[in-house]
Amino acid sequence: MNYIDLFRATLPETALEVAALLVLVLDLSLLRKAALKARVAVAALLGIAGCGAALWAVLLQGNQGLFFKGTGEFLLATGGYAAVAQAGILVLTALTLLLLIDSVFTRHVGEYVAVVLMAAAGGLLIAGARDLLVIFVGLELLSLGLYILTAFAKSSGKSAEAALKYYLFGGMSAAFLLFGFSYFYGLSGSTNLAEIQRAIAATGPSPLFYVAWILVVAGLGFKVAAVPFHLWAPDTYEGAPAPAAAFIASVSKVASFALLLTVSLNWLMPGAQGNGSLTYLWGVYQTWPALATILLVIAAASMMVGNLAALVQVSVRRLLAYSAIAHAGYILLGIAVHPVYNWHESLIGFTQNARGPAALSANAVLYYILTYGLTTIGAFGVMDVVERATGSDRMDAFLGLHKRNPVLAAVLLVLFLSLAGIPPLVGFWAKFNLFAAVLGNSGGVVPFALVALAVGLSAVSLYYYLQVLKRAYVMPAVDETPIKAHPVTLTVLVGIAAAVVLLGCFPALLQGWIGSFRP
Amino acid sequence: MFSIFAANSESLLAWTIYLSFAGALVQALLPKGKAELSRWLALAVAVAGLVLAVVGFAAGMGQGRVVIADVPWVPAMGIHYLLAADGISRVLVLLTGLAAVAGVLFSWNVELRTNEFFAFYLALIGGVYGVFLSFDLFLLFVFYEIAIVPKYFLIAIWGSTRREYAAMKLALYSFVGSSMVLIGLLAAYATAGSHSTSLIVLSHASLPVSFQMWCFPLVFTGFAILAGMWPFHTWAPTGHVAAPTAASMLLAGVVMKLGAYGCLRVGIWLFPRGLDPWGFSLIGIGSWRDVFAVLAVVGIVYGALVALVQTDFKFVIGYSSVSHMGFVLLGLMTLNQIGMTGAVMQMFSHGILAGLLFAIVGRIVYERTHTRQLAELETMHLSKRLPFAAWAFVIAGMASMGLPGFSGFVAELQVLVGAWSVKPWWTLAAGVGIVVGVAYTWRAMQKAFFSDKLPTPDEHPKTGWPDLGAITWPEYTGVALLVGVSLLVGLYPRILLDAIEPAVKTLLAGGGQ
Repeated sequence: MNYIDLFRATLPETALEVAALLVLVLDLSLLRKAALKARVAVAALLGIAGCGAALWAVLLQGNQGLFFKGTGEFLLATGGYAAVAQAGILVLTALTLLLLIDSVFTRHVGEYVAVVLMAAAGGLLIAGARDLLVIFVGLELLSLGLYILTAFAKSSGKSAEAALKYYLFGGMSAAFLLFGFSYFYGLSGSTNLAEIQRAIAATGPSPLFYVAWILVVAGLGFKVAAVPFHLWAPDTYEGAPAPAAAFIASVSKVASFALLLTVSLNWLMPGAQGNGSLTYLWGVYQTWPALATILLVIAAASMMVGNLAALVQVSVRRLLAYSAIAHAGYILLGIAVHPVYNWHESLIGFTQNARGPAALSANAVLYYILTYGLTTIGAFGVMDVVERATGSDRMDAFLGLHKRNPVLAAVLLVLFLSLAGIPPLVGFWAKFNLFAAVLGNSGGVVPFALVALAVGLSAVSLYYYLQVLKRAYVMPAVDETPIKAHPVTLTVLVGIAAAVVLLGCFPALLQGWIGSFRP
Repeated sequence: MFSIFAANSESLLAWTIYLSFAGALVQALLPKGKAELSRWLALAVAVAGLVLAVVGFAAGMGQGRVVIADVPWVPAMGIHYLLAADGISRVLVLLTGLAAVAGVLFSWNVELRTNEFFAFYLALIGGVYGVFLSFDLFLLFVFYEIAIVPKYFLIAIWGSTRREYAAMKLALYSFVGSSMVLIGLLAAYATAGSHSTSLIVLSHASLPVSFQMWCFPLVFTGFAILAGMWPFHTWAPTGHVAAPTAASMLLAGVVMKLGAYGCLRVGIWLFPRGLDPWGFSLIGIGSWRDVFAVLAVVGIVYGALVALVQTDFKFVIGYSSVSHMGFVLLGLMTLNQIGMTGAVMQMFSHGILAGLLFAIVGRIVYERTHTRQLAELETMHLSKRLPFAAWAFVIAGMASMGLPGFSGFVAELQVLVGAWSVKPWWTLAAGVGIVVGVAYTWRAMQKAFFSDKLPTPDEHPKTGWPDLGAITWPEYTGVALLVGVSLLVGLYPRILLDAIEPAVKTLLAGGGQ
C-alpha cells in the first residue's frame, strides 16, 4: 500500500472533503457580508459540484481497491455493489442539498454544507470498507456529522433535544459495536472481514462468536433503525431540520445498509478465491444460519412495530420515522435470507449456488434502498414546504393541499403511494424484487412466512399513507390560502416524483444499471 | 418498444388502455372550471374506447387467442409486457367500454372538481381494460392494483353516506385481497422455476399438486374478495352505497368482475389441480371446489335475503350485487363448459344490469328526491312524477330477476344447468336465491315507485308536487344504451356465446394450444 493507491481508492471521499473545505473557506471569507440567500446558493451549488466530482470518480474507479498488507484481501473496495451504493449516496446527498436552498433554519450555511459533505464522505467509506477499523472510522465520521446536523436548528428546542437523544443512543451503540468488533478480533486475530470469516469457519462457531455478532447487530441495527434499536428515530425525525432529517432518512440509510450487505456477503460466501477446503466450506455453511436467524427476528420485529406504530401517529414526521423502521424490516429480510437458510439444501448445492442468488438478493436490496432513499427525500421535501407554511407537521397541516398547491399534492400522492408499494410506482418494484429474490433463493417455510408477513403488513401500511393523502385530497380545507414553494424546491420535488413514476414504469432501467456492476 | 403502439386490427384493443390513461392525464392537467370541456372529453375518450372494443370484438370473432403485444419489461425476472385477447377478454373489454360510456353519461351532473373526477374515473377504466387484456401474471397484477387507488378517491371525495369509511374499507379490502394474490403469485413464480411469467407458459408448468392445493385457495380467495364472495363481501354494499353514481356503476359493473376474472384466469387456469378432491370429506365438502361453491351459494341466498329487508333503496341494489356475483362464482366452480360459459355471461349481464339499476337509483331518483329511504320514497308517487324512471326500473328489475328475453336469464340459466350436473342441491339452493330475488326487486319497485301512500298532511306540499326536473338527454341515452344491450344479448345470446364458448373450452383443457 502506498499513497498513490490510497489516493486512487479514496478519490471520491477526497473530492467531497475538498468540496467541504472549499465551501467553508468561501463562506467564511469572501461571502461573509453577502446576503443569506446568495450564501446558501453558493454553498449548495459547491456541495453539489463536489458530489458530481465524487460521482464521476466513483464511476471511473472500476473494480479495484486498497489491499490489506500481506494478504490478498481488501481493506477498502471500489466498484461492484459498493459503487452502486456510493453513487446512490452522492445523488441523494446532492438532492438534500438542493432542498436546503429554500429552507432557512440556520445562518451557518457554510458549516452545514461542509458537515453534510463530510458525513457523506463517511458514508462512502463504509460502503466500500472491508475492514473493521475502516468501518468504524467511516461510521463515526458519518454519525458525528448526523448528530451535528440534527442539532443545527439552534433556535429550536426540539432540535437540540432530538440531537442529544440521538447522540446518547448513538454513542451507546457505537460502544456496543466496538465491543463486538474487539471480540471478533480476539476470535480471529484479524480485522479483515474475509480473514475473520476464514478463521471462524476453520474453528467452527464458538459461543463467543454469537455474543460478538449480537453486539455488532446492536450497533448496526441502531444505524438502520431496526427494532429494538429504533427508539431514536421518531424523535430525531421530528426534531431535526427537514433537510437534515431527509439526509438521515436517506443517505445514512443507504450507507448503513451497504455496510450490512458487505458484512453479510463477506461472511456468507466462500472466500474470494472460492477454492477453500471442505472443512472451511462446512464452517461457512454452518455459521450463516445462526447469524441470519438474529437478523430475521429483528426484521420481523421491525416490520411489525414500524407498521403498527405508524397507524396511530398524528405527526407526519413521526409517521415517516415509523414507516422507515418498517421499510428497514423489509430490507433486512432481503439481507438475512440467503440460499444457505434453506436447511435442506445440500452443501454441494450451496457451494455451487451461493454466489449467484446472493448477488441477486444484493441487487434487490440495493434497488430497494436507493429508491426508498429517493422517495423519502421527496416526502421530506413536501413536508418541509407544508410545515413552513402552516407551522405544523401534524397531518391536519395537509388539509386541502390539493387546493393550496395542486402540484405539491400530486407529488405527495405519487411518493406516498410508492412508499405503500402501489404499482406502477417504483416502490412496488422495490418490494417485488426483494420478495421475489427472497422466495427465489430459498423454499423454506420460514422465508415464505416472513414474506407473507411483509406483504400483509404492506397492506396495513396503505392505511396510514392514505390518512395523509385523505387530508390532502378528500377532507375539506380549513384554510385555503395557497402555499408557495420555491421554484427550485418545486422542480426538485416534481423531478423526484417523475423519477418515481418513470423508474416504476420501466423497472428494468435501474435494475439493469445495478446489474451492470459486477462484484 | 414501439411495437406496443402498433395500429393493426389486432392491437386496437390495446389502445383502449392507452387512450384511457392518456385521457386521465389530460383531465388531471386541465385547468379548473372547465367542467363542460372535461365532460365532453371524458365522453369522447369513453366512446372511443367503446368503439375500439366493439371493433376489436368483431375482428376477433372466430379467432382464438391473439397476442397483441409482447415486449420484455423486466428481463431480469422474465416479465413481459404481454397483452393478448381471447373470447373472454373481448367480452369483458366490451363490457368495460359500455360501462365506461354509461358511467360518463350518468355523471354528467358532477360539478365538484369535475376534471379530477374524470381523471380518476378514466384511470380506473384504463386499469380495468389492462387487467382484461394482460396475459402476464405480474402485468395483470400491476393493472389490478392500479384500479385500487382511483376507487378510493372517487368514493371518498364524491361519495355520499359515510363515504370516507366506505372508501377506506374498500381500499383496504382490495389491498388485502391483492396482497394474498401477490404472495400466491410470488410463490408460484418461485416454485415454477421457469424463467417466464407468461400465463400461457405457466399454465403448462404443471406445478406440484401439493403446492396447488394451498396456493389455489389463497389466490382464489384474494381475487374473490373483490368479486364480493361471502363472507368477504362486506365492502361491497357499503362501498356501492357510498360511491357516486358513476363509481357504483363501475364498482358493480366492472370492478367486481376484475375479481371474478382473476379467479378464472389466474386461479383456475394456473392451479387446476387445486380443485381436486382432498381425499376425505367433511359434512359433504371434499375439495376446495366444494368450499367455494358453498360460499357462492350462501352468497346468492344471503345477499338476496338481506336485500329483502333493506330500508335504503341503494342498499337493495348493493346486496343484490352480492347475490348476482354469487352466480358467477358458482358458475366458475362447476368446472364444466356450460356452467363456466354461464359465469362469463353473468359477468357481462350483471355488469350491464347493475350499472343500469345503480344509475336509476343513484342518479335519476336520488339526485332529484335527495333521499333513498324507501319509506320516504313511498310517499312521493314517483311513478307519476318520474314515469321514465319507474319504467326503466321495471325493465331493469325484470331483467335482473331473470326474465327471459334479457341477458340475465341466459346467464343464470346456464349457471344453474351447469351446477345441476355437478351437485343438484347447489341448483336448488341457488333457485331459492332467484325466488327471493323476485321478491326483493318487487318490493323495492313497489315501495319506490308504485306506492299510493300519501304523506302526512303536515308534510304534504300545499301547492302540489314540486317539479323534480326533467330527465336529461344523457340519462335517456344511458338507459337506452344499457337496456338495448341487455335486450340484444337476451334475444340473441350467440353474439357473446360464440366468443365465450371456445375460450372456455381452451381454458378447461388446461392451457392448450
